[in-house]
Amino acid sequence: MPFKEFLPYLLVMAGVTYLVRVIPLTLFHKKIKSRFVNSFLYYTPYAVLSAMTFPAILYATSNVFSGIAGLLAALLLAYKNKSLITVACGACLAVFAVEMVMMLI
Amino acid sequence: MDFKRGLRDGIPICLGYFSVSIAFGVLAIQKGLTWLEALMISFFNLTSAGQYAGLTIIAATGGLVEIALSQLVINARYALMGISLSQKLEDKFTSTYRMVLGFAITDEIFAVASSNKSISRAYFAGLAILPILGWSSGTLFGALLGGTLPAIIQSALGVALYGMFIASVVPAAKADHKVLIVVGISILCSCLLYYVPIFDLISDGFAVIICTVIAAALGAVLFPREEAESDAV
Repeated sequence: MPFKEFLPYLLVMAGVTYLVRVIPLTLFHKKIKSRFVNSFLYYTPYAVLSAMTFPAILYATSNVFSGIAGLLAALLLAYKNKSLITVACGACLAVFAVEMVMMLI
Repeated sequence: MDFKRGLRDGIPICLGYFSVSIAFGVLAIQKGLTWLEALMISFFNLTSAGQYAGLTIIAATGGLVEIALSQLVINARYALMGISLSQKLEDKFTSTYRMVLGFAITDEIFAVASSNKSISRAYFAGLAILPILGWSSGTLFGALLGGTLPAIIQSALGVALYGMFIASVVPAAKADHKVLIVVGISILCSCLLYYVPIFDLISDGFAVIICTVIAAALGAVLFPREEAESDAV
């Protein structure tokens, strides 16, 4: 695409995304006193990450079976309190192994 | 010290980003962008779902309002994350630093930063650098090399980021059954939105917001945190 046509898209996209990120972060300086809001914010990360992971992880690979294998490997390693990178690599290896086996069958 | 610790925590995110953004680079070229344009989108946006939606609109030469709205809806979760993070930033993390470093709020950087009780500027800066490089270089790699990676490798890399999410959630859910229940509610909502046909109109980014608000609000009502507990996290 010609750069002159592309540039306005890039500016709008990056601008909106930047403002969405920075405005709330910059506005909230004081400690929030409300017990409800504090509790809500405490649970937010876990709720966000769970909703993004499930069921999307099942469809992130070539087929559902390797997706399930990746999910189970990650759950097992995370349950054993392994580091982020160990869990991530373990999940990738499980997917790779299952797809390898399925190719051979 | 904090900076180094941040860098180290950023390594897995960087690797995950590199692998995931390859796919974005490949797709951008297929949609008619140049490698430089693909690289610029990744460097200045640093977000996955938003970029995919944006790319689709750009390829269809859609309107600027349309692309602005798509980014607003898909990325609105970052606003929620920003408020959550704002409660944990050190005093020295002034507005100026927030305006610069806030650029790097992503799902993964937020997840890792949130696992700290207090977040310093140096730590957050260290945490952000490698993922930004990973996301941009992966895009470039994908744009230049195209689909030469074996499909099985691309497929395996597809779960890297989810693995990181799971690694952030499971230990907390194991230690606190209230977190586990909130996680369960969120997953239930997410599955409903995903599998029930009426909800197909809702975009993925917006679905995440709906699930988060329902699960976190129910958690806050059912299991409010004690004042001292809230200060500690």
